[in-house]
Amino acid sequence: MVAHLVRLKLTLLRNGLRRSAWQVVGLVVAVVYGLGALAVVVASMAVLSVQEPDIRGLVVVLVGSVLVLGWWLVPLLAFGLDSTLDPARFVTFAIPQRSLLTGLALAGLIGIPGVVSAGSALALAGVWWRTPAALVAAVVCSVIGLATCVIGARATTSAASALVASRRFREVMAGVAVLPFIVVGPILGRLSESSAFSEATVERIAEVLSWTPLGAAWAVPGDVADGQWATAAARFGIAVATLAVVVVVWDRAFAHALVNPAHEKVSTRGHGLGWFDRLPATLLGAVTARCLTYWARDPRYALAVAIVPVLAIVFYAVRPGGDLVLLIGPIAGYLMGWGISADVAYDGTAFWTHVAAPLRGSADRLGRVIAAGAIAVPAVLVLTVGSALLAGQPGVIPALLGLSLGVLLTALGGSSVLSALVVYPVQLPGENPFQTRQGASMATVVSQFAGWLAVMALSLPEIVLGVVAVRGGSEALGWVTLAVGLVLGSVLLALGVRIGGRTLDRTGPDLLRKIVAFA
Amino acid sequence: MSNAPALELRGLWRKFGDKIAVAGIDLVVPAGSFYGLVGPNGAGKTTTLSMATGLLQPDFGTVLVHGQDLWASPVEVKGMLGVLPDGVRLFDRLTGEQLITYAGLLQGLDRETVAARATDLLAALDLTADAKKLVVEYSAGMTKKVALACALVHAPRLLVLDEPFEAVDPVSAANIRDILASYVRSGGTVIVSSHVMDLVQRMCDHVAVIAAGHVLAAGTVDEVRGDSSLEDRFVDLVGGRVSGEGLAWLRTSSA
Repeated sequence: MVAHLVRLKLTLLRNGLRRSAWQVVGLVVAVVYGLGALAVVVASMAVLSVQEPDIRGLVVVLVGSVLVLGWWLVPLLAFGLDSTLDPARFVTFAIPQRSLLTGLALAGLIGIPGVVSAGSALALAGVWWRTPAALVAAVVCSVIGLATCVIGARATTSAASALVASRRFREVMAGVAVLPFIVVGPILGRLSESSAFSEATVERIAEVLSWTPLGAAWAVPGDVADGQWATAAARFGIAVATLAVVVVVWDRAFAHALVNPAHEKVSTRGHGLGWFDRLPATLLGAVTARCLTYWARDPRYALAVAIVPVLAIVFYAVRPGGDLVLLIGPIAGYLMGWGISADVAYDGTAFWTHVAAPLRGSADRLGRVIAAGAIAVPAVLVLTVGSALLAGQPGVIPALLGLSLGVLLTALGGSSVLSALVVYPVQLPGENPFQTRQGASMATVVSQFAGWLAVMALSLPEIVLGVVAVRGGSEALGWVTLAVGLVLGSVLLALGVRIGGRTLDRTGPDLLRKIVAFA
Repeated sequence: MSNAPALELRGLWRKFGDKIAVAGIDLVVPAGSFYGLVGPNGAGKTTTLSMATGLLQPDFGTVLVHGQDLWASPVEVKGMLGVLPDGVRLFDRLTGEQLITYAGLLQGLDRETVAARATDLLAALDLTADAKKLVVEYSAGMTKKVALACALVHAPRLLVLDEPFEAVDPVSAANIRDILASYVRSGGTVIVSSHVMDLVQRMCDHVAVIAAGHVLAAGTVDEVRGDSSLEDRFVDLVGGRVSGEGLAWLRTSSA
């Protein structure tokens, strides 16, 4: 049975590659990246193993802890867990739970992160080759550590998905969960600037980690090498107990999931017709009303809005009172304008409603732009003016507004064209947030990067003017920037809607066919 | 063009990759008919109906709706069509009432007309109590019904319904049949695809049998079925019956 599951995983991987060339490109990039990472780990462990003074124990604990923490947290926050072997798909098969669990855990190692982690864990053990007793302990502990990684990832995600069954909770959490990840970078940056981040601190962190579930397994070989048998036994106990706990958590969550397939709980009731009552009863008004409703109700849009104030806080936290905070306006303009670049993909197969209706592409484009603009323009205004006041430079407001609004309008125009040309698989509304969609990666990255370049190039005039005006403190140039940003941005937006509309008239059915094929 | 057929398909072809889904379909749906489209799984019914309603571009061929070329002037023709596709989502973060309103407004109806018709449709399809619930929380049958309401709201001249009765409870199905029958009596045209031969034989006056991307038979139900039942005739045409003796081990007694 275990072998069956592993083989199933391999087959799924191979079939996935057959589906599109982008998958192959994505895999090649990932393999290169993963092998590179593995080579760096192996090389530095080789160097480390003969390093004097002996800091093997210290480094191994730190690297190992990061590995475990990464496996536990990253699926929750960023990429989601590979859902090809979702427990829910095995509900109808009479497979003993023990072999199902073992098989899924082993299958979890198949894939780039699994292989790289397994290689790294081996390298972490190999560090101890000069001390045979420690080496034996290290191999055992590396296996325990690796198992803690893989099973821990399953445990955290399944425990979390059980927690977040209700839609509203999930929508809020999706936003909140990103926060610590964004804030941790700047905080570390400030720590390292102040001299607090010294050698002694590192040693203390490693010492603490080695008594926690994250680092215990990796610390045992060091103790063995030092002949600290009591400490080694204690830490080994912690490591084994950790593994036991994650296995039990996963086992429980799994058993629960098998008999209670995830379903959404009834929560919201709309009141009246909402935006459909307030906007004109025209094609354009209807599209706008629908988009505005989605901006409020669909977490994927809400997240794009939620990220902006978070960025503002982060920029301020990095350098209070500095100029960095001035960047928030233009960045918010770009992010919110670009937020509709995957709008058709976000519609999913529901996009047929637009294709089947006597709706011109230009009305579709314009409705989406108006809805996004109704949220983005006030937000960008507030953030831009607020950031200038926060930095104590009210004089730069015109220049900064010209820059931010110019970028926003240009990005809206660019999105209108891009989303009429390209669709890629995205998370469906209401889908488990810890699942990833296959095949998204490369097409997404390429089109996003191309769009970013285009928007930058097209808003170059107001960017250059704005930077010169802010640097030179010229208020007159600031007003010029505002005028250029607004006029140029509006022209580009009008062009974008026009071109995007024409394109959509032509590509609509084809986009729909592609979306249906993703589903 | 009053005597033009409601829908005429001429030489429709469609390929997906190297699989030919529809291989030269010709079909004439007379105005005022209740037309059934039947065929085994994977016969190309959904592909054909998608191409007939502007959702999928044909590789070759022409679609005429009341004499007008759909793919030459899509915006003008799509207003005459009411569409219920199969296997696609709806804008399900809207409430049922909002969704019907949206469909009506996209067809260019004014606010009062949409509001009145949405109320009527919700009542007729037994959805009034759930009008203010998000469509994402609807059951499969309710979703089908609200999608049907969206297809009906602008009183189209031609209704194209892909599997309209799937997952719908018997009472609602009977109500829907009544609605469709009276719509046909008042001069509208309905095309439905279905797997249920019995239903098609009772409900439709015309039928076409499609398999492997071809039309095997088309005409009035009586012409197509001859002396036998539609189901028997369908099996004759399509073939592929396997003897029930095959699965000898599928006996509760043999453990």
